[in-house]
Amino acid sequence: MARIIIPTPLRKFTNNQSSFETQASDIQGAIEDLTTTHSDLAKHLLDDHNQIRSFIRIYLGEEDINVLQKEKTSVSPDATISIIPAIAGG
Amino acid sequence: MNSTIILTPNALDTVYEQAIEIYPDECCGFLYGKEQCGRVIEQAIPVTNSKTGDKRRRFEISPLDYLRAEQYAEENNIQLLGIYHSHPNHPAIASIHDLEKALPYFSYVIVSVFETQIADIMSWRLRDEKRIFEKEKVLLPQYARN
Repeated sequence: MARIIIPTPLRKFTNNQSSFETQASDIQGAIEDLTTTHSDLAKHLLDDHNQIRSFIRIYLGEEDINVLQKEKTSVSPDATISIIPAIAGG
Repeated sequence: MNSTIILTPNALDTVYEQAIEIYPDECCGFLYGKEQCGRVIEQAIPVTNSKTGDKRRRFEISPLDYLRAEQYAEENNIQLLGIYHSHPNHPAIASIHDLEKALPYFSYVIVSVFETQIADIMSWRLRDEKRIFEKEKVLLPQYARN
């Protein structure tokens, strides 16, 4: 099964689990699977239109899905998906 | 929440050295350690300030550096507890830009640096569900410069 790495600041919404396994075949399905299981996580990852929030990046391995097929990017059973929050300040 | 954060000599040296080396730009990096009664930062790992344009007032960490930081924590069985950055020629008080971008859970350690001098160090953490920072009590090694 593909593995989603949960970023440390959001683990309180996954009962402190650092990762989540999914059988989904694409990124959209994987995120849906994750947010259905851990519903409190949804508002931190998805906007009102169920789209991934602008300050969240999703990586498949070490590639940004925005340079692949975005949410339609296929996910193989051995894939690692990372949820990456924007880190910035001044 | 009256949290405490302890920086070990190794971690503190890394933060201070990078703040001075990168001056007048803002430096940044990740903080790793353990959460016990308070937070103990055992290791600081610098990363590149990937902000495009003027880096003297802003910092940004690339998604790939963040991804690798989480990997590092997992591989070394250590917790990713926060982010540090410097405020060149400004106090170590969290700015509105820091607050806007802050994530829950993380400690945001800020170092005030004036050329070759570290002036101050503070740490801030978001109060859960509220967009306000709360100051953490920073405990430093005895030899530290402040």
